[in-house]
Amino acid sequence: MGIHVIKMPDVGEGIAECEVVAWRVQPGDAVKEDQILADVMTDKATVEIPSPVHGTVMALGGKVGESLAVGAELVRLEIEGAGNFKGDAAKPAAASAGASAPAADEPADVPHGFVPEPQRVAAGAASVSAAPSAEGVRDPGAPAARHPAPASSGSGASSRAIFRDANEKPLAAPAVRKRAWDMGIELQYVGGSGAAGRITHADLDNFIAGRQRGHSAQSGADSRYAELQGEEAVPLIGLRRKIAEKMQLSKRQIPHFTYVEEVDVTELEALRTQLNARYGAERGKLTLLPLLMRAVVLAIRKFPEVNARFDDQAGIVTRYQPVHLGIATQTDAGLMVPVIRNAEARDPWSSAKEIVRLAEAARTGKAARDELSGSTITITSLGPLGGIVSTPVINHPEVAIVGVNRILERPVVRNGGLVPRKLMNLSSSFDHRVIDGMVAAEFIQTVRGYLESPATLFVE
Amino acid sequence: METTLLIIGGGPGGYVAAIRAGQLGIKTVLVEGANPGGTCLNVGCIPSKALIHAAGEFHKASHFAAEGSEQSPLGIRTSAPSIDIRRTVDWKDGIVKRLTGGVGALLKKNGVQVVRGWARILDGKTVEVRGAEGGGSGAANDAGGQTTRIRCEHLLLATGSEAVELPFLPFGGNVVSSTEALAPESLPEHLVVVGAGYIGLELGTAYRKLGCRVTVVEAAGRVLPAYDDELVRPVAARLKSLGVEVHLESSVLGMSDDGKAVRMKNAGGEEVSIAADRVLVAVGRRPRTGGFGLESLMLDMNGRAVRIDNQCRTSMRNVWAIGDLTGEPMLAHRAMAQGEMVAEIIAGKRRHFMPAAIPAVCFTDPEVVVVGLTPQEAAKQGLDCISASFPYAANGRAMTLEDTDGFVRVVARKDNHLIVGWQAVGGAVSELSTAFVQSIEMGAQLEDVGGTIHAHPTLGEAVQEAALKALGHALHI
Repeated sequence: MGIHVIKMPDVGEGIAECEVVAWRVQPGDAVKEDQILADVMTDKATVEIPSPVHGTVMALGGKVGESLAVGAELVRLEIEGAGNFKGDAAKPAAASAGASAPAADEPADVPHGFVPEPQRVAAGAASVSAAPSAEGVRDPGAPAARHPAPASSGSGASSRAIFRDANEKPLAAPAVRKRAWDMGIELQYVGGSGAAGRITHADLDNFIAGRQRGHSAQSGADSRYAELQGEEAVPLIGLRRKIAEKMQLSKRQIPHFTYVEEVDVTELEALRTQLNARYGAERGKLTLLPLLMRAVVLAIRKFPEVNARFDDQAGIVTRYQPVHLGIATQTDAGLMVPVIRNAEARDPWSSAKEIVRLAEAARTGKAARDELSGSTITITSLGPLGGIVSTPVINHPEVAIVGVNRILERPVVRNGGLVPRKLMNLSSSFDHRVIDGMVAAEFIQTVRGYLESPATLFVE
Repeated sequence: METTLLIIGGGPGGYVAAIRAGQLGIKTVLVEGANPGGTCLNVGCIPSKALIHAAGEFHKASHFAAEGSEQSPLGIRTSAPSIDIRRTVDWKDGIVKRLTGGVGALLKKNGVQVVRGWARILDGKTVEVRGAEGGGSGAANDAGGQTTRIRCEHLLLATGSEAVELPFLPFGGNVVSSTEALAPESLPEHLVVVGAGYIGLELGTAYRKLGCRVTVVEAAGRVLPAYDDELVRPVAARLKSLGVEVHLESSVLGMSDDGKAVRMKNAGGEEVSIAADRVLVAVGRRPRTGGFGLESLMLDMNGRAVRIDNQCRTSMRNVWAIGDLTGEPMLAHRAMAQGEMVAEIIAGKRRHFMPAAIPAVCFTDPEVVVVGLTPQEAAKQGLDCISASFPYAANGRAMTLEDTDGFVRVVARKDNHLIVGWQAVGGAVSELSTAFVQSIEMGAQLEDVGGTIHAHPTLGEAVQEAALKALGHALHI
């Protein structure tokens, strides 16, 4: 029998560390070659790590939510025959692992980030936000993943308090009872954190603290207005952490300039209806988005400075010839930005199909890494929830993002009379360090021009 | 006379309420026609325990004097002892006097005005006190045969209970209640006890130990019918070994015409006469609701008892009732707790009478303690419970006390091991009631009691062992 160590692979683009978002195996499990061991997350892609060999899982390299350096030990397997592990056979150190892992090119003889068994069990309940794949459903660990449990240390006593059935008497020692009466507290509404649901003085303290925080003071006998206790600590892991970091980075680094303009899309909508009626069956239906994409692509020809990425460390703005259009997409796991590569080379129907394909891939967690990165400008749309105005956050390191608001039919004065027109706002943000307000405004006015005279979208 | 709180009745409920009210600065008047202390101190708990103790000591001495196979294995020999029951009663009276005097002093110390006399309620705020004849205790403000009218803001009724009289066997002459049985002028030759509840058995056993012939007549199928069969068995066995004759499923019909025998219908349905020179009727107690104008308040009743809520409020505002007057369980310690609480409520505190358990003790031989739920009661409430008993036959201390009959039983919820009841029967188990009720009030689990070091060698070890047994790992059985 030998020990085979599987290391965190380099998943490309010079990434130094990956976050474990789900374990598909547990110590003691038998694994086959090509069986998925873990899901790890890089920038915004979730990557499945398969096992190269048959064997039995001995230990896992970290907790869910932990970042492991590329090259760090991911899984240790016991296999038939000689393993690949030449290091000291002594128990791996129970280092409490961190992002500051050994560099990727260092030999990972000292296993990094090993978690002793009992801890792992506790942490194992904490879970995964990356969209579970189809295979994941068969994984016994997957159901637990739907209910992220707070980290074992994170929850206060109050969240563990047991609440009784309505007909069950509250259990409290005489001193606690008396104190509750003195304070005018009905013990029926106080959760008990003690053994067998005993209400302790600490529970009373928590209850009072909850009241002082301004929860409805007197709940009376009406259960609809009963005060609630408890809290849930939700660890920020996986995609959610990536989103948080990305948003923080963007807002911290980029002075946003947001510009809102109204666009009359009456003609555009009429054209879209006509196109769908005529070509819908064979080419698929068009939404507004592929038409907007085309307008953006065309406007970029005049304003190449908005189709760019700004490396503020190096002080270099890179302008791109191709338009790699990011489309902000909501998934169960959170916001993702699949990228339509070379949008300039697609007609609206091709773009529409690509949008659908990528959105689906993102939602099911199947999007490949290069489908989720490398955009040069981003469009964000909340569809019918678009609202009147939004303040989009630029997808760092890009320099512009175009937000789409809701279309509303409104009366407009034309030639001295009122006419119904379909109006829509575009709310767009620009990196004011490299895009001046005038340029931004002109860019949006150009987009607006294309959209209000939709024939120009097809005439060049 | 004007006061904030007027208490009718100076028993354990009334006097405790008065002391607590005094501590809290409430102007309080206590009306009592007899000595303070009520039934409990004067003609109940305390005198009966004194008599039981004296009888036990005499019985022990008699045992040491026995010959042959009855001889004490301890090797102690005495000559046949005798007892002067008048001196016994004097000794008992001395204890009672000390205690009632103590209560009077406490009332005085706390500024309670005691009015000696019998109260009559005029309305919910007015009481008339007809002064009692004769002198009172030091603290008493004697109404001296006159009538005093007292107006109050709060009226607390604490009139207690009285022995139930059988219409076909009225008290008088040789037919006595527990009150008279506790102060005998002489010992009867043959005492017939009607009723095998705790009062009948406590006194019947004491008289038997004092050397009297004792016959107990009970309508139910076993003695102590309010307690479960398993608990009662050691008591029934002891009665038998002491030579107390017990007639179960038998009902008393009355006295014979010459007054020298009790007529009864036995279990077979035949009418028989038992010669008796004294008859103790101990068929229960009922709330004392008559004779003080209670009916004028037209309070809501609960059977014969005054109906109260969990703050001891009656159906009339600022009229409160505590203790035996409010029905079962008629126990002094319940009345005391209620009295203390009412005083605190009147002082503006928020209180409720919501004990997790009220212990009940029978000073029979052996003693019986019941706290919380029995296994049967728990099952009736739909609780899924486990229970376990630890026998005194396996307790070293019980052996050294020559008293190995009995056991300690614990009842706990199966799901979380929360203790919901304790029962025990055995010598001196009354003192274990403290541990029992404390564990329940504190919300103890079996593991709490099982994990507490109990002193060795004590009878209390059986408490820990019962909990361990319920958990499946008793050590000494």
